[in-house]
Amino acid sequence: MLEGLIIGFQTALSLKMLIVVIGGCLIGTFIGMLPGLGPMSIIAIMIPVAISMGDPAAALILLAGVYYGAIFGGSTSSILLNAPGVAGTVATSFDGFPMTQQGKAGKALTIAAIASFCGGTIGAILLMVFAPMLSSVALLFHSAEYFALMVVGLSAIAAFAGKGQVAKAVLMTVVGLIMATVGEGALFNFPRFTMGLMDLQSGFGFITLAMAMFALPEALFLVLHPKQISNSEQGDIKNLKITRAEAWAIAPVIGRQSIQGFFIGVLPGAGATIASFLGYAVERNIAPKNEQGQFGKGSIKGLAAPETANNAACTGSFVPLLTLGIPGSGTTAILLGALIALNVSPGPRMMVDEPQIFWAVIISMYIGNLVLLVLNLPLIPYIAKVLSVPRNYLIPFIMFFTLMGAYIGQNNATELLLLVGFGIFATALKFANYPLAPLLIGFILGGMLEDNFSRSMQLYDGISFIWERPMTLMLLIIAAILIILPSWRSNFGRKSHS
Amino acid sequence: MTLERWISLIFLGIILTYGYTAWFAMDSNMAPFMKRNPIWPSTFPKLLSLLGIIVSLFILLGFEKDDQRRAEIDYRRLGDYKIGQAVGLLAMMIVYALTLRSLGFLISTASFLILSAFILGERKWLVLVPVGVVASFCVWYLVSEVLNIYMRPWPHTLLF
Repeated sequence: MLEGLIIGFQTALSLKMLIVVIGGCLIGTFIGMLPGLGPMSIIAIMIPVAISMGDPAAALILLAGVYYGAIFGGSTSSILLNAPGVAGTVATSFDGFPMTQQGKAGKALTIAAIASFCGGTIGAILLMVFAPMLSSVALLFHSAEYFALMVVGLSAIAAFAGKGQVAKAVLMTVVGLIMATVGEGALFNFPRFTMGLMDLQSGFGFITLAMAMFALPEALFLVLHPKQISNSEQGDIKNLKITRAEAWAIAPVIGRQSIQGFFIGVLPGAGATIASFLGYAVERNIAPKNEQGQFGKGSIKGLAAPETANNAACTGSFVPLLTLGIPGSGTTAILLGALIALNVSPGPRMMVDEPQIFWAVIISMYIGNLVLLVLNLPLIPYIAKVLSVPRNYLIPFIMFFTLMGAYIGQNNATELLLLVGFGIFATALKFANYPLAPLLIGFILGGMLEDNFSRSMQLYDGISFIWERPMTLMLLIIAAILIILPSWRSNFGRKSHS
Repeated sequence: MTLERWISLIFLGIILTYGYTAWFAMDSNMAPFMKRNPIWPSTFPKLLSLLGIIVSLFILLGFEKDDQRRAEIDYRRLGDYKIGQAVGLLAMMIVYALTLRSLGFLISTASFLILSAFILGERKWLVLVPVGVVASFCVWYLVSEVLNIYMRPWPHTLLF
């Protein structure tokens, strides 16, 4: 591990990488502050830039910096405007916005920044400890176990989708997997479902799909339903100081939520949103009776808990990506897509074959968190000016960057028409509350899932690998339980209720 | 029928077509030597089609308990939202896709930015036009000169 850390520091502390991580954090904060634009959209927009850099380590560090910056920026708009840019920062607004209304906007931003810094940093330490352990176990896996593990990952994403959403999430995953089969697969060299169109020979573009699923529907929602933005209640934004007593009060909250948030983030499909809500609920429940009433009215503990948890969860979500090559969330799925485009396959071999990327990403997480605390926090009053950009200018630019992302990614104008088509369909899916992230995760994992399935079939001359390899069988049983249990409980609950 | 069930019905139609291709049409184009393999190009799509049909029917027939969460926008009251602007912007995106090559990057992008802002209600031409033109040029410079991705700036006829 020590050798890896040295490699990581050498790569991440080069001038180029420092500029990349600082730039990524600033861009992420800047755009993440805009209500309606979540980290997934921002990362999707930034992918062409990252890929054009040609260096996988720099690309992943840039995107990770953008990710952290976007979460931080989302917290800022939650605190200042009560307009969370992303679901993971909704819980931040419960106590952050009341603090702004009480004229403590600067204090709230400082607490959020410190909590984010600690959550992210403790998360990075835990990642450093657990990722190599998981990688060494995963090296023992064969293609059959990989296939089963991916099925577990996809099932978990559906299982954690929430009440009334499991079947929809499964359907979205299957649709993503179906879309991944379009075109000439590497394994068969045989055109499938191309309908004779040359443009579909290489399949659907990942960037086009990412833009269509996240950036375009969010931009259309901003057009349809402009969010009320008011700068009148920001209070004393420039006073960033917190007292010693306040620091002591939030310290145990930060400690608990860093660990809890990290482990929730590791679970596929759980992620920052569940971590932040759970963190808030846990801290409210264990708080002394006289402090419980303060939650929702500007409690500093209520603000620190979700902020710590969501950042630790973001770091945790890198564990399955870096060690198993399986994305646990929409954001890490987009990162995986970017890495594949750069000919890097995350997984247990990554730590052995590409240690400079693996460790540089981990080290850049420390640096990214430090950048957010040291550089971004004092700049917040100035960065917040972005909120005054008129909607009439902002929306055309978001749409234009969406179009550019798809065009640069494939250099094909047909992609733009596909983008609009998929974007309209994704908006309709959003109207009906269909989760969109499983579709993209299914699409990205589809190729790998089929490859591993096909290899196992060839090795065992059929599907006997399912029962001949106990680990595969166990993982597939877990996957089945993950899918069936929520639906069964939901229906059982309905019957017993009636 | 609710929108979520309509969407599952559309998916069912798409997956049935996909499944038909996988089960009955795809294998006929396959080379004879490939047929000796335990796995065919159609094997995985066949499995996916079965799974997709089951899940679509599960939603369509209402086996899953209704989702109590409401979407951010109520599709039944679309008239209350700025639907005209959204449709106008989508039309602008299609026009942009169709004219990007023929008009060149600078004219099509500047037109897209200016007209989209106009659709959203912007009428300050003295600000709007310079912003659109300068932004188009800056992006073209960044993409072409910094990222080294060629994009023709002007229409064919303007090239000498």
